[in-house]
Amino acid sequence: MLTHAVGLHARPSVKLTKLAKTFGASIEFGLSGSGPWIDAKSIVKVMATKVPQNSTLHFRATGQDAGAAVQALIDLVERDFDEGAMNGEA
Amino acid sequence: MAKPSELLGRPAAPGIATGPLFRLAGGVIAAGDASGAPQAGTGELLQAIEAAIADLTALAAATDDAGAEILEFQIAMLEDPALRAPALAAIGAGAPASRAWREALDQQIAGYTNAEDDYFRARAADLTDLRDRVLVRLAGGGAAAATPRGAILLGDDLMPSRFLEIDWSGGGGIALAGGSPTSHVAMLARARGVPMVVGLGTPAAAVDGHAQAAIDGAAGRIILHPTETHLADLARRSAAAAAARRADDLALREPAVTVDGTRISVMVNIADPAELEGFDPSLCDGIGLVRTELLFHGAGGLPDEDRQYTAYRRILEWAAGRPVTIRTLDAGGDKPIPGLTAPGESNPFLGLRGIRLSLDRPEIFAVQLRALARAAMHGALKVMLPMVTIPRELEAARALFAAEVARLEADGVPGRLPPLGMMVEVPAAALAIEGFDAAFFSIGSNDLIQYTTASARDSDAVAALADPRNPAVLRLIGEVARHGAAAGREVSLCGDMAGDPAYLPALLAAGLTALSVAPVALAGVKAAVRRERASHG
Repeated sequence: MLTHAVGLHARPSVKLTKLAKTFGASIEFGLSGSGPWIDAKSIVKVMATKVPQNSTLHFRATGQDAGAAVQALIDLVERDFDEGAMNGEA
Repeated sequence: MAKPSELLGRPAAPGIATGPLFRLAGGVIAAGDASGAPQAGTGELLQAIEAAIADLTALAAATDDAGAEILEFQIAMLEDPALRAPALAAIGAGAPASRAWREALDQQIAGYTNAEDDYFRARAADLTDLRDRVLVRLAGGGAAAATPRGAILLGDDLMPSRFLEIDWSGGGGIALAGGSPTSHVAMLARARGVPMVVGLGTPAAAVDGHAQAAIDGAAGRIILHPTETHLADLARRSAAAAAARRADDLALREPAVTVDGTRISVMVNIADPAELEGFDPSLCDGIGLVRTELLFHGAGGLPDEDRQYTAYRRILEWAAGRPVTIRTLDAGGDKPIPGLTAPGESNPFLGLRGIRLSLDRPEIFAVQLRALARAAMHGALKVMLPMVTIPRELEAARALFAAEVARLEADGVPGRLPPLGMMVEVPAAALAIEGFDAAFFSIGSNDLIQYTTASARDSDAVAALADPRNPAVLRLIGEVARHGAAAGREVSLCGDMAGDPAYLPALLAAGLTALSVAPVALAGVKAAVRRERASHG
């Protein structure tokens, strides 16, 4: 359950989906703990969600490396996708 | 049905064409109305998506960081199975691939167009770009040459290299918000007979890119959604122009002799050996100008000696003994060549261009000179230097040329030094022409007018000042012609001015007897010569 400083713009979305795809687990995120759930490996679906700035992201995963996957994605969001807070224009 | 509307600009190349509009977007082409083959199915769509991904990947590799990140996003979108899934389902249900893809993407685009957030709303353009890229590929278009045949290209401006990549054999036209009738693209359009209108004022993005359109190049007019009445009117005008052309074509087969018996040599200008296909050399008196820039724009960088030699030889063999004047590389100005011309010049027209650039890069110039010396064995080759300003440049080029011929001799390769002439396009050269020991002079009227009237040829705002009839321009042309006659050196004129019969009386009065014009202007100029008198005294 995390708050991030930029919306899920193109560049953060690319990073998020790329990272998610490195795991075998099926990974989803939602804007609330009760869904709806979005496939975190699909850039088309991530972008279509149009996640605004300062939203809270909830992750859930099922599969062998589910725990590591959720932790890695939380880390990415915590690091603001390795971008400055002002940086989300791509 | 959409209402007809008209856009008025300036004429840049005459001719009439109708077809779908096709938007040119920042160097990257987006399809307005590309339609795939109706039988195309899943396999074709997947292939088109793969091809579009490959195009974007190549483009990203050649783009700066910010651009590459946007492309990376686009590539990720195209790669995502979720983007194509609805289209594949529609194909499964019997829809043709192009419609299935268009509808699937339009639905995505609508999702962004309706977004509250500006940022997400702007992503609709990315999706539109992806939609059109794949549609172009589905329609069988290539990465660069992806314009549908016969389309009216709509854009803010068009680069000459882009023009040259496009297949114009199916007709079509060019409608530009900016641009200028004296740009190189306009010159190329006139040479290929492609109708072109510039200075429409309306930004290209504000025009309905999906409209059917008609272009009347001579009138500087674009009609969107033309009615039957419009089309009938244009067809009438087109027929009248064709009748005039037929009359000219009769003159095409005859030598160009004035009413008072002066034989005028009328040659052609070419930029690409492909222009000579299907063109009968006996209709002209040779080639007065071969531009070699195109050779240097191809994929794979600067052309090596053999590639140049093959191209030059092909032109000489076509001419079958008629004189062929090849101009050495005239890069710079509005004709930049990546990796060769100087970047960041604040005034490239007054910068390192033409012979100045060639003398600055002798290692590249030498390759062209060797290729020319070898080609000289195959016909009546003459070589001319662009942008010569002072005699020392001519002599420096001559010395380099002689050195290359000597090296060929030492290597046992056949070659010879062809007659070496110069373009007269810098007023300093025209005013002091007697100081140049050139075998012949070819007046480049486009640049001579630009430099004499201090009116940039890429600026529409000063186009009226760049008047070929300016007395200073005509006086310079007369001076050069007089010097040539006195010194026994041939003088010709190879700019756009030669191709417009309206200027013919002034050129004949200045004493010129040799002109070189775009192939499409040949018939009209020869016909005009036969109506004129050479001496007005």
